[in-house]
Amino acid sequence: MGFTLAVGTFLQHLINGLTLGAIYGLIAIGYTMVYGIIRMINFAHGEIYMIGAFIAVTTFTLLLGAGVTSVPLALVIVLAISCTFTAAYGWTIERVAYRPLRTAPKLAPFISAIGMSILLQNFVMLTQGARSKSLPPVMTGGVTLWHDGDFSLGLTNIQMFIILLTVALMAGFTLVINRTALGRAQRACEQDRTMAALLGINVDRTISLTFVLGAGLAAVAGVMVTLYYGVIDFYIGFLAGMKAFTAAVLGGIGSLPGAMLGGLLIGLIEAFFSGYVSSAYKDVAAFSILILVLVVRPSGLLGRPDIEKV
Amino acid sequence: MAAPANAPIPFPHRLRDAGIAGLVAMALAVPFLGLRTVNLDQGLVVQTNLAYVPLAGVLVFLGRLILGLLAGPLAKATAPLANWRPPASTQRLRPWGGPLLVLAAAALPFLPFANRYIIDLGTTALIYILLATGLNITVGLAGLLDLGFAAFYAIGAYTCALTTTQLHWGFWPALAAGGLASSLFAVLLSLPILRLRGDYLAIVTLGFGEITRIVILNWQSLTGGPNGVSGIARPTLFGLTFDRRAPEGGHTFSEITGIAYAPEHRLIFLYLLILALTALAAYTVARLRRLPIGRAWEALREDEIACRSLGINPTMVKVSAYATGALMGGLAGCFFAARQGFVSPESFGFMESATILAIVVLGGMGSQAGVIIAALFIVVLPELARGFADYRMLAFGLAMILIMIWKPGGLLAGRLPTIRLSTAKPKPVAEAAL
Repeated sequence: MGFTLAVGTFLQHLINGLTLGAIYGLIAIGYTMVYGIIRMINFAHGEIYMIGAFIAVTTFTLLLGAGVTSVPLALVIVLAISCTFTAAYGWTIERVAYRPLRTAPKLAPFISAIGMSILLQNFVMLTQGARSKSLPPVMTGGVTLWHDGDFSLGLTNIQMFIILLTVALMAGFTLVINRTALGRAQRACEQDRTMAALLGINVDRTISLTFVLGAGLAAVAGVMVTLYYGVIDFYIGFLAGMKAFTAAVLGGIGSLPGAMLGGLLIGLIEAFFSGYVSSAYKDVAAFSILILVLVVRPSGLLGRPDIEKV
Repeated sequence: MAAPANAPIPFPHRLRDAGIAGLVAMALAVPFLGLRTVNLDQGLVVQTNLAYVPLAGVLVFLGRLILGLLAGPLAKATAPLANWRPPASTQRLRPWGGPLLVLAAAALPFLPFANRYIIDLGTTALIYILLATGLNITVGLAGLLDLGFAAFYAIGAYTCALTTTQLHWGFWPALAAGGLASSLFAVLLSLPILRLRGDYLAIVTLGFGEITRIVILNWQSLTGGPNGVSGIARPTLFGLTFDRRAPEGGHTFSEITGIAYAPEHRLIFLYLLILALTALAAYTVARLRRLPIGRAWEALREDEIACRSLGINPTMVKVSAYATGALMGGLAGCFFAARQGFVSPESFGFMESATILAIVVLGGMGSQAGVIIAALFIVVLPELARGFADYRMLAFGLAMILIMIWKPGGLLAGRLPTIRLSTAKPKPVAEAAL
């Protein structure tokens, strides 16, 4: 019994870690795409995710008030609305705070991004209030995979929804990057922006669309977190953004599969470390592993090493 | 920056552009200004204030239109200001600038308008100047982006706090210990990560900053966790305290000097002390920049491969840049702890690192004068905006963006090279390429 219980606990941590990792991974993609194309750390990306979560809460509350009871319908509407508005925020942020700085020294857009992050946090705090918002559980239930005395290994519907949606989005995204004209333009801009422009690619438009796509994915992560925890406040973007950025670097910044892998790893490390060792030090574990990985592989797990030209 | 400045944009084009901006603003305003979720006892409710939406649209439309029309004349009007350089004739006077500034700052507490509030604000600004002077070595001179500088600040502060409360050291040995402990940590940290470049290095320093904060927060038995450490020894002047009554076997400043006791004396002393520390740090950096080590820092920032081929050991150069920067961070931390008499992990979060970095970048990387201006700006602006209470951080974020757009290289970007061959004619160098 003791052994099976240990296996069960392990599997439970695995499920929780995968769920968390999926959310981090989706945010990390936004970091990695933007970094790949304009070599900047979009520090405000965590706030984009927070904005997505707030729009989700508002939309859910409106739908509940309007008497929409069908969960799938509500989910589709919330996802659509949150993605649309959040993408608009992503587009605007690039246009206002980053585009004027495209040829500036490297740290200028980074400081502008920190300013944007402070601005957005305070904007949401002022307009929506500083108190945390909690939502009644929208999606309940789940399956018990395994049962033994007091212990049961469960997979909730929300977790299933998060993991499946992430897998689907990743598959769709890989297709977009590898098979569509937009993806081709993005990869071209990533390699050489000037050359891409000479060959007739609208670089400004490609960069804008990159921000739009990244913000859309962050909004999905925001909706997921609203469903999963049910409580959000204006400050959630900071920590999540930092972890997602860590995930992107861990996987190798600029690499899409790397971002997803990094997100999953950070999620799993957090879940296992808080399950088996200490939840107070779970972030220490995540950052320590990041440092260890970078010491061994300085460009992250799946990143290509930078070739230095003299 | 939609169009080249020399070709005038036709008015209908501007109108369309502003119209689009207004429409986007309206769309963005809907979920946050138009709808507001309110916590009630029975759960969340959505309030609608849809009147704000067209208002936001109109404001943005007008703002965009007017700014667009004014941008050209405005740029022309501010161009002399933006490109202002001290005239060459003042070159001989430049060495006097620093000492004069320090003298003027030292006179501040004795001016008629000085009060507790102004002296306190000055002390805070000087702490940030010292911190940014340290970070400026790492980021501005050596070109190593550090996102976790608050860790060194925290280590200095906690070293001071723990040595004075647990080991009953005085302020001065604790100050030395704080600086050295920070420096030592910097050496230990930098050794394994020197292979990393650019943003990878940045994220590792960010990780280090967070690890430090979390360990301090959770190591209850040593650091008191979230409650922090209190009862930190106050700074003394040659053993004299600034209290009303002397401690056992000691003397107070007022007893020895015969000046009547006033609580402001301690504030003025703290202010002058941090001013002296900061001036010393700035002087040290100015001298270091002319030594081989300082030149190696700047050379490393410009081109690591060239440095290697010239026989500079990048490892030693990086370690020394980290250690020197951290030393100043640690001193500032120690002073901060002694001034407050209390430290807690809250003071050393990522926002602190970001603020110090913002001072370095806003001021113009590598520029000491820039650090001073930017630190004053960062400390004083939120204070001036206190009347707007809730909106001050919003304005602060906006100001950071606007300054970067206005002057991407920082306020004092175009600086002369620290050292040049004596025969070469002076020529301005483009801002650091980091």
